[in-house]
Amino acid sequence: MAALSSFADTPTAQPSEEDRLSLAFLKDRSTEKALLWCTEYLNEEGHGSLLPMTRKVMLQICSDPTLTLDYLPTLGLPEFTRSATELALGRDSPAIRENRAGGVQTLGGTGAIRLGAELLQHWYNVGGARCGPVYLSSPSGGSVAATLQGAGISDIRSYRYWDPDKKGFSVEPLLEDLEVAPEQSVIVLYASAHCPTGAEPSQSDWKQIAEVMRRRRLFPFFLLPSQGLCWGDPAQDAWSLRYFVSLGFELLCAQSFSTNFGLYSDRVGSLLLVLKHSSLLLAVQSQAASLVHALWSRPPGGGARLVTMVLNNPALLAEWKEGLRVMVERGMLIREKLKERLRMLGIPEFWDHVTQQRGLYCCTGLTEEQVQFLVMTCHVYLPASGCVNVTAISGRTLDHVAESIYLAVTSDLQEYRH
Amino acid sequence: MSLFTEVPQAAPVAVFKLTADFREDKHPSKVNLGVGAYRTDECQPWVLPVVRKVEQLIANDHGLNHEYLPILGLPEFRASASKIALGEDSPAINENRVGGVQSLGGTGALRIGAEFLRRWYNGKNNTATPIYVSAPTWENHNAVFSDAGFTDVRPYRYWDAEKRGLALAGFLEDLENAPEYSVFLLHACAHNPTGTDPTPDEWKQIAEIMERKKLFAFFDSAYQGFASGDLQKDAWAVRYFVSKGFELFCAQSFSKNFGLYNERVGNLTVVAKDSDNASRILSQMEKIVRTIWSNPPSQGARIVATTLTTPELFAEWKDNVKTMADRVLLMRSQLKAKLQALGTPGTWEHITQQIGMFSFTGLNPNQVGYLIKEKHVYLMASGRINMCGLTTKNLDYVAESIHETVTKIQ
Repeated sequence: MAALSSFADTPTAQPSEEDRLSLAFLKDRSTEKALLWCTEYLNEEGHGSLLPMTRKVMLQICSDPTLTLDYLPTLGLPEFTRSATELALGRDSPAIRENRAGGVQTLGGTGAIRLGAELLQHWYNVGGARCGPVYLSSPSGGSVAATLQGAGISDIRSYRYWDPDKKGFSVEPLLEDLEVAPEQSVIVLYASAHCPTGAEPSQSDWKQIAEVMRRRRLFPFFLLPSQGLCWGDPAQDAWSLRYFVSLGFELLCAQSFSTNFGLYSDRVGSLLLVLKHSSLLLAVQSQAASLVHALWSRPPGGGARLVTMVLNNPALLAEWKEGLRVMVERGMLIREKLKERLRMLGIPEFWDHVTQQRGLYCCTGLTEEQVQFLVMTCHVYLPASGCVNVTAISGRTLDHVAESIYLAVTSDLQEYRH
Repeated sequence: MSLFTEVPQAAPVAVFKLTADFREDKHPSKVNLGVGAYRTDECQPWVLPVVRKVEQLIANDHGLNHEYLPILGLPEFRASASKIALGEDSPAINENRVGGVQSLGGTGALRIGAEFLRRWYNGKNNTATPIYVSAPTWENHNAVFSDAGFTDVRPYRYWDAEKRGLALAGFLEDLENAPEYSVFLLHACAHNPTGTDPTPDEWKQIAEIMERKKLFAFFDSAYQGFASGDLQKDAWAVRYFVSKGFELFCAQSFSKNFGLYNERVGNLTVVAKDSDNASRILSQMEKIVRTIWSNPPSQGARIVATTLTTPELFAEWKDNVKTMADRVLLMRSQLKAKLQALGTPGTWEHITQQIGMFSFTGLNPNQVGYLIKEKHVYLMASGRINMCGLTTKNLDYVAESIHETVTKIQ
């Protein structure tokens, strides 16, 4: 068969920034090298943290003779989605009592975002202009835009979020951008633990945001990627989400259980739907089932079983919550240490933003030139945004990272300027 | 006012509705022949003994963690899965032009392949490229390809209701008349829902036309080993196409042959013209995966990879698979025997001629309705039954019910 390949014109896909960083880091032979970007909560040894209870619960599950490997329902394990919904909204949420909140089990957070995007693309505002623009924060977490595009959403815009002068979140520019967003636009918001900056709106900021969104009829699509790892308390991490629900908003929320359960490769997620009436919830869930049927057919069982078991067993639940607190404390400690090291090195500005931000991520505020300097000269790898995962800084690499940042900030980086 | 007010209730998937109706039925003799999974003679789900063993190994292996897999999946799984489909000694594997994408069951593999083809097949936007699926086919095939953006999903003739066999002439004619570069979705073995496969000779005729008309072969292989009990035999068609130099996709599912339904284990095997094509294709598939599930679940892939690459476990697995296939074959021969003994009108040879989980009984919608309503024997409106729903205990009742139905209802 001598014919030319039907894929002769298929180009090699460009690697993502994340991939390029990882590759460069792997090739680097320096003993001081540090990779500061990762989407897992890393332990001191640099591995995705496994919760202490995971092994024993997994063993329990696979030793249970009554458990079969039969297909899960398309929408997922009902006990799981119920538990996930309660975790997000609080057991006593009016939306739950009124039967107008429900979940669809998905493949991690990405699966939830994809399913949410598909629902919006196919079923949002069917009688009107369908799905108009979708707004993401600037900057935004790596693959959110691509996932939306995968669902066919092409009009993706941004709202201002990170304020480089203040080195934190500023609500005024965001509100300005929301005021001019077309009505019924979809606004993607991190309920807590913003990726990639770690900067958070305050409760009074959220109130202002909600007010504008209500008035301009903007639709909230929340992301809840690591509930419990921001403030160490799942309820507090969901405050903004619950506030919007209390105001009567309809919304979607993509929940991931990868990081807060250390179940990265189990792909546990849930797309939370909050609608105005229970009949709407049923209709939208039925359409979600249709979409799921052609995406992955049914979700995987193991991880969801574990999460369900933990959330519904008081002893395990307490153990899990304690584990979250420990993880958050360690993250805060790393932030403190980094700030302190920089202060001792004599860094010219205050680095308070490092300890004011919360969750896994931290936006250092370093410029693109400074980042380039770090990557090219110091063997410290981070994305151009200057955002890092604090858990990627271990006791072993802290000194070098701090010294490198000090150098980046104090050196004349003439050659790194474009 | 809700912006979801005009969202209609989606039509339920027929087989799910059937199962729901069955569950609600209180009749003591009810039988579910629409069940989508293997059942033992006690009508129970069966976790393969080798799977239980490997699950324990994995749970006790403290070297394993739950960190993200690579986007394309567990490397040992992808390699061993493709090897199982194409054969140890496959020239394509030796020539380094095979790639695998670990996927969420067979459905996930089909979806990745479809999304890729829509974007990159023949270097152009393929939303209008015809996708041919057999008439009939698994109902989800249509949905997967249309949701992936293909606007022209059409049937090719496959089932001849009158002769209760393959509509070969019609099939070949549809191949001849298909626009060049159309995509054909082919069932590798144990056709769902008819259980009727082309013979090797018929496959050769199909391949000849496909080569000449430059048609793309996309195989769906959900029953390797489960159909005949022989892994090689069930992969004959795919391997034949590879030997003829086709580039092709093969969506593999390990749901049935490993009984790993809820672990969602699948693999999209890509056979390319050369290794350069293979790596370019895989790089684009990686981008697509990133936007659907990001990276796949590890548990099922680990179970399959460990089993396929450990000789004693591999042997035990083949044995377990044969157990399932043999039970199905036994039910086929016994059902046919009982129908013949009862003198049920019509011929019933097709029950043993068909292969795999399903049988197209040839019962018409009225007869199906009677069977469900009056006899509480649940089957698809198409007349499809799942042989796994039959047991030595319910065989008599089912045979008698079919007999009564066919004699009463025309």
